[in-house]
Amino acid sequence: MRIGVVTFPGSLDDVDARRAVTFAGAEAVALWHGDHDLNGVDAIVLPGGFSYGDYLRCGAISRFAPVMTEVVEAANKGMPVLGICNGFQILCESHLLPGALIRNDHRKFVCRDQLLRVENNTTAWTNEYDAGAEITIVLKNGEGGFVADGSTLDRLEGEGRVVARYLGENPNGSLRAIAGITNERGNVVGLMPHPEHAVEDLTGPGTDGLAFFTSAIKALANA
Amino acid sequence: MARVVVDVMLKPEILDPQGKAVHGALPRLGFEGITDVRQGKRFELEVDGEVTADRLAEIHKVAETLLSNPVIEDFEVHVEPAGGSS
Repeated sequence: MRIGVVTFPGSLDDVDARRAVTFAGAEAVALWHGDHDLNGVDAIVLPGGFSYGDYLRCGAISRFAPVMTEVVEAANKGMPVLGICNGFQILCESHLLPGALIRNDHRKFVCRDQLLRVENNTTAWTNEYDAGAEITIVLKNGEGGFVADGSTLDRLEGEGRVVARYLGENPNGSLRAIAGITNERGNVVGLMPHPEHAVEDLTGPGTDGLAFFTSAIKALANA
Repeated sequence: MARVVVDVMLKPEILDPQGKAVHGALPRLGFEGITDVRQGKRFELEVDGEVTADRLAEIHKVAETLLSNPVIEDFEVHVEPAGGSS
């Protein structure tokens, strides 16, 4: 099983994401934003960071990076794609996911261990979690406020497409405390917190994040 | 050469934390009577040759595709009169 992690100029968490993929038991493949090539991978992670310096809007320029043509095409064919933080912003800008992410309502960068509830454990990236599982992973963002119009939010809720929700105080002003969402098919997931930073006890708040990556492996094995 | 200006603003219903920060600073500086501030972006596009209807339509597409995110922002396009400040 080969899971690609795209590096954009300004990506920060690509190495951690590749490490998490390896911990989960898959082969991590480094992909480059400037290549029109997915290198034959079975799934893709768009990692966190500040691609293209967050110029214009977070993810707005990355969306047009050469590799994104292939990413969008693969996602539309059902390949598992996980966007973490900046990757989530890129997925929204690419219209693979609805809504947008705006500056935190309290205007401060947030960096903390965050409690979440997994609301949908049927996606390609969450099938290894129990329904309603409460997990703690790292949250670190300046522009993590998820927004969408009321009818889009109602549709996401109604179709069970809210993948994870913040528990406790809302950390960034996300509407309905939404931390992550999925597309209709459940293969594309965008998540503001960082599961790749919670895959071993030594360097993170625990191992609660690992199941995102083992879920993809399981989804691919069952495909 | 002509200049086409694209103004991008957050939709009214989208929270604007930057505008709020600016607004919050005004009373501290002694400026009174400003009830709200919204912050937007202004793009100045230098266009080769005349701004034809086709060219303007293309710039609308630029504004829609790259300069703004229609989920959260609105934009306006206008042509700067010739012999302007530059």
